[in-house]
Amino acid sequence: MNFILIAVIVLGAIGLIAAIVLFAASKKFAVYEDPRIAQVNALLPGANCGGCGFAGCGGMADALVKGADAGSIEGLSCPVGGADVMGSVADLLGMAIANGEPKVAVVRCNGTCEHRQKIAEYAGLRTCAAMNVCGAGETACGFGCLGCGDCVEACQFDAIHVNPETGIPEVDEEKCVACGACAKACPRNIIELRKKGPKGRRVYVSCVNKDKGPAAMKACAVSCIGCGKCEKECPFGAITVEANLAYIDPEKCRLCRKCEKVCPKHAIVAVNFPAPKPKPEADEQPEARKEENV
Amino acid sequence: MKIRTFSIGGIHADENKLTHDVATKVAALPKQAIFPLSQHIGAPAKPVVQKGDKVKVGTLIAEAGGFVSAPIFSSVSGTVFKIDTAIDATGYRKPVIIINVEGDEWEESIDRSDKLETIEAHPELTPEEIVSRVKDAGVVGMGGACFPTFIKLTPPPTAKAECVIINAVECEPYITADFRLMMEHADEILVGLELLMMAAKVTTGYIGIETNKPAAIELLTKKCAEKFNGSAYTVEVVPLKQRYPQGGEKQLVDAVIHRQVPAPPAIPVNVGAIVQNVGTAFAVYEAVMKHKPLFERYTTVTGKRLENPGNFLVRMGTPMQDLIDACGGMPEGDNKLLAGGPMMGKALTSTEVPICKGTNSVTILSDDEARRKEPEPCIRCAKCVLVCPMGLEPYLLAKLSEVKNWERCEREDIVNCIECGSCQFTCPAYRPLLDNIRLGKSTVMGIIRSRAAKK
Repeated sequence: MNFILIAVIVLGAIGLIAAIVLFAASKKFAVYEDPRIAQVNALLPGANCGGCGFAGCGGMADALVKGADAGSIEGLSCPVGGADVMGSVADLLGMAIANGEPKVAVVRCNGTCEHRQKIAEYAGLRTCAAMNVCGAGETACGFGCLGCGDCVEACQFDAIHVNPETGIPEVDEEKCVACGACAKACPRNIIELRKKGPKGRRVYVSCVNKDKGPAAMKACAVSCIGCGKCEKECPFGAITVEANLAYIDPEKCRLCRKCEKVCPKHAIVAVNFPAPKPKPEADEQPEARKEENV
Repeated sequence: MKIRTFSIGGIHADENKLTHDVATKVAALPKQAIFPLSQHIGAPAKPVVQKGDKVKVGTLIAEAGGFVSAPIFSSVSGTVFKIDTAIDATGYRKPVIIINVEGDEWEESIDRSDKLETIEAHPELTPEEIVSRVKDAGVVGMGGACFPTFIKLTPPPTAKAECVIINAVECEPYITADFRLMMEHADEILVGLELLMMAAKVTTGYIGIETNKPAAIELLTKKCAEKFNGSAYTVEVVPLKQRYPQGGEKQLVDAVIHRQVPAPPAIPVNVGAIVQNVGTAFAVYEAVMKHKPLFERYTTVTGKRLENPGNFLVRMGTPMQDLIDACGGMPEGDNKLLAGGPMMGKALTSTEVPICKGTNSVTILSDDEARRKEPEPCIRCAKCVLVCPMGLEPYLLAKLSEVKNWERCEREDIVNCIECGSCQFTCPAYRPLLDNIRLGKSTVMGIIRSRAAKK
């Protein structure tokens, strides 16, 4: 009986001392963490995709609270959560937020198997990064999509897939959160995050070939040859031709589609417009196009 | 005497030196010559000619674009057609100067006679003078890496050169250009070596030759004894056991003088050795003694299915197609075209790629020879570890690169890889080891550079 009593007393005493030490230590070495960080973190989607530029949602929450203390959270935005999440975060922190428009990943290459002739066979490691080091790839275009799917691998949202018929990746607009992981993974910088546009309508140059006209022409049937017709046609000054390649500034583009009509190589692509006439090669998103968004 | 070689790793591939006994032919002038502005390591050269300019053989057409860079000279006479882009040995379109060939008129300053010039007859030569002539003639390493030669001859103040090692190993299968050069221009090469030793202010020289070239060993040993007997220089011809990649700088230093070059950024001169290719020694001779800038080189055009494989003295800028035609044309069926040999060569997708300063060979492999087999799982046999001449663990580096663990790649010294391909050659499971490692190496080097830039 005595043994049990002694054991209980000794263990109880040890427990008590330990509790006092722990309590004292927790008071003495307490680290203050802004409770708002946890609150903001709870609002963020928790995808930890890194699309905001931070290592994960925790890092983003930290930066948002720090930004709020410094007076501005401009430039910080969560591509996954979009306006909703950023709005509620801004409400919580009592900040005004100039919210960026939703974006989507756009694959700027239309060099499908029928548009781009295969001139060689690549037998090495089947990743875009490895193939890019070895030269122009299996076609004569040194700028276009290699089709090995490094972007597919990088996407955490199952939003990009290589179409086996065209050999070019296609973005699922419903699933794409514009985190930019695919754009970073692409060794040729073909994927761009562009403004989603009203009702998903966008006009863009689906080519990144900077070769001079004849070389670009030879490499692919739908390459931009930098002729400048679209630049002249655009009433809003949204198009610039630099290094033999046209670029449409999404901020200035008013979606009039005049450029699309004058492009002799059909390199300019308009998506998600209600279609009076179907344009098969420009079709990035056949499902979405069918919906009458008028 | 035990035949020397490097201490760890290495493989022995089928030699296939088809053109061993084929005397060098002078290649016909091309109709149009293409000069890529980036034929060397370092900054691309800057064009100094314009469309329509008349040039002669040996006219400067592009000047060095920085300290680590080299000027480029026209190898033909004619008119500058345009400054444009064309596919070069990287496989991409790069800036080039294209010259339409008219006649064959040389700059007067070039001495075209066959007379052997010796150092004794040119008392005006000082080490500084030699380095400056080598620099102005655009001489770069002719073994393939194309590092500007003058930089190697002026080592950093922290290192002291003790000897010059001539790399006449030619360990790559198929290639025989260096061997033919030695057989046909041994005297000039030795004067070139003397110039290199004088420029580097050393008195010891070595010529490393693999034992599969007994004729060259014999010839050079004899010539060396005649030339250097009683002179201030000691030169030794070192026969080396056949083993790839003996022609790698670090392996050659290890094989010849038994010193190990530490990890990068250390270079051979940190252990006292300046390594120069035998082709470079010849180019140095021509640049210094004949005032002839670097615009032609020895190149092997080879392949089992070629009708007449051969060795050529070819003007730079000649499209590979011209040389292939001179050997009987491209064999029928699917072929793999390589700039360089089968181990280190770079696969090309166009036969219009021009011969550049570093093109030691044009190799054509048939589909059966070149086709890779389907990779199978790694069985951890460690053959790749055994053959790695740098003492790395290729299976591990390949896996780490595959899973993008760059930190660990760096810890495992991926930057030490010399990309010789021995691991992939020996792998019984046909795994794409080098593909992965090369990717990891370039990524890690990028990370290291950006880290250094931040500091």
